[in-house]
Amino acid sequence: MDFVTFFALAIPLVVIAIMVIAHPSPVYSALFLVLTLFLLAVYFLFLDAHVVAALQIIVYAGAIMVLFLFVIMLLNLQSDTQPTPRHGLGRAAIIGGVILVAELGLLLQRSSSEQAESSLPENFGTVEALGSQLFTTYLLPFEITGILLLVAVVGAVVLAKR
Amino acid sequence: MVPISYHLILSGILFTIGVTGVLLRRNIIIIFMAIELMLNAVNLSFVALARHFGNMDGQIIVFFVMSVAAAEVAVGLAIILLVFRGRETVNADELNLMRW
Amino acid sequence: MIDFLITFSLTLLVVLMVLNLGGLLLWVERKGSAVLQDRIGANRAAVFGKLPFNLGIVNTLVADPIKLFTKEDFVPAGADKLLHTLAPAIGLVPLLVTFIVIPFGDVLIIGGREISLQAANLNIGILYVLAMVSLSVYGVVLGGWASNNRWALLGGIRGSAQMISYEIPLGLALIGVVLTFGSLDLQEITRAQGALIGGWIPAWGIVYQPVAFLIFLAAGIAESKRIPFDLPEAESELIAGYFTEYSGAKQAMFMLGDFVEAIIVAGLITTLFFGGWQVPFLLRDGFHFPWGGSLALPSLLVTLLQVGSFTLKVLFFCWLQIMIRWTLPRFRYDQLISLGWKIILPLALANVMLTALIILLFE
Repeated sequence: MDFVTFFALAIPLVVIAIMVIAHPSPVYSALFLVLTLFLLAVYFLFLDAHVVAALQIIVYAGAIMVLFLFVIMLLNLQSDTQPTPRHGLGRAAIIGGVILVAELGLLLQRSSSEQAESSLPENFGTVEALGSQLFTTYLLPFEITGILLLVAVVGAVVLAKR
Repeated sequence: MVPISYHLILSGILFTIGVTGVLLRRNIIIIFMAIELMLNAVNLSFVALARHFGNMDGQIIVFFVMSVAAAEVAVGLAIILLVFRGRETVNADELNLMRW
Repeated sequence: MIDFLITFSLTLLVVLMVLNLGGLLLWVERKGSAVLQDRIGANRAAVFGKLPFNLGIVNTLVADPIKLFTKEDFVPAGADKLLHTLAPAIGLVPLLVTFIVIPFGDVLIIGGREISLQAANLNIGILYVLAMVSLSVYGVVLGGWASNNRWALLGGIRGSAQMISYEIPLGLALIGVVLTFGSLDLQEITRAQGALIGGWIPAWGIVYQPVAFLIFLAAGIAESKRIPFDLPEAESELIAGYFTEYSGAKQAMFMLGDFVEAIIVAGLITTLFFGGWQVPFLLRDGFHFPWGGSLALPSLLVTLLQVGSFTLKVLFFCWLQIMIRWTLPRFRYDQLISLGWKIILPLALANVMLTALIILLFE
């Protein structure tokens, strides 16, 4: 990934992420979030994570955000008429955000810059690599995730029934 | 080649935008979306580090984070639907029945 | 540079062919439904009053597009202008780009270069198809929301619920095929179907996975919201469902999206279950019959035969979907959803488990 690609993806990503939390209408926020997830999937493609990029679009942008839009449509939510929170919490949140970015930036800038790029294995990021690890080393978390999804399905059905 | 700190700083910026969204907005659906943004920032960090160290473990963690996020969104949206049915509002300021 | 030009021209060829086939299917639907229902169909717009022989071509392929593109393009009062305009585009574009991973031929040997006739050689081909199909749900969701119309909203909610419900059996049917052929790349799967079982039967997907074929066909028809699964856009129930408030070019885009999705389902069924571009007993240098005879053919003729076989199979499955559309009544919405979750999904899961068991036992 070279610098041009990085900045071509990073700047729209940050701008659209700010639009997600700044736009008054929930539908537009959801659509901007879909766009963020799509840009992140493209970013993953440049980082040699092919399966994760495809899964990001299938699971996140294609299913989870549809669920969000579904609920927004069902509840028929209109634009926020009163976007300002009370008693100066908004200004505190933004100042806190800026301080957090500065802290994280200072910390993360000191991470090691050794280029370990040449030692990528041949099938890095493909389905075979992911699958072989998933069913041997990480078998227990895999099974537990299956049970977790089952619990979530049952829970969602029970909660949303009248 | 972009140094790894660039990816991590971008992930940090996205995470902070998510945190600011949770603190700033009062609509609980938008708060939920900001939480998803935070999860995605962490996913980005994992994938970047996986490539940096040449280890597939980062991408497997991303796989699990995505499944857990899917489960969480399903249950969370069901709870939001229930809340809306009872209170007719999605403004976090007005959902204060348990406050004394 | 040459590689870029090759990829570019392949992509252009594929997209243009899909768009043309979409228009052609509109005519096939008009005339085919007329023939099925024992009537003549649209034949008023003709050349010199008579030609061409009541086939209705001028009506459908010339008069209809002119009508659709010159209609007034309005946005309903109180509706969201941006989303109203964006929805048909979001519904159509992911479907158009799905076709670039479907191979329509083996290799084209020109001047010593072997060009694989697949516009984009992705090693995650099937996942890409699933991703694009998931993205096309947004057209329905936004079309229903942005119209400021209660019936459109209801149609949008129903349509998107149906589409996301049937994506799961679609994916599970694909897993059966992936397990059998061992790759996610569609060109690899098609090449693997050239083998012969017992020296006689071509190893097409339908021989290994008949149940998966039926599930994929049902789920694919449900994804494209055609009859018998078309309650979200039923003409007698919800006026026109989620595209009630659309007219002119935007409605043309929604209609085209319907046909393009039918073409995608036909293309995928052809590639995964019916051998794609494979002609039985045809290898790269000619026919090799199992009873010993062989017929050497030039490579250009072999390529032409393969592309022709692919086209014929896709056309057959498009025609099959149109025939199904005009034969069956539509499902009620709760029947539709319960069919998807309670019958088709367990069947797809059982198919995956059985396939995995058989592969494990016979390896």
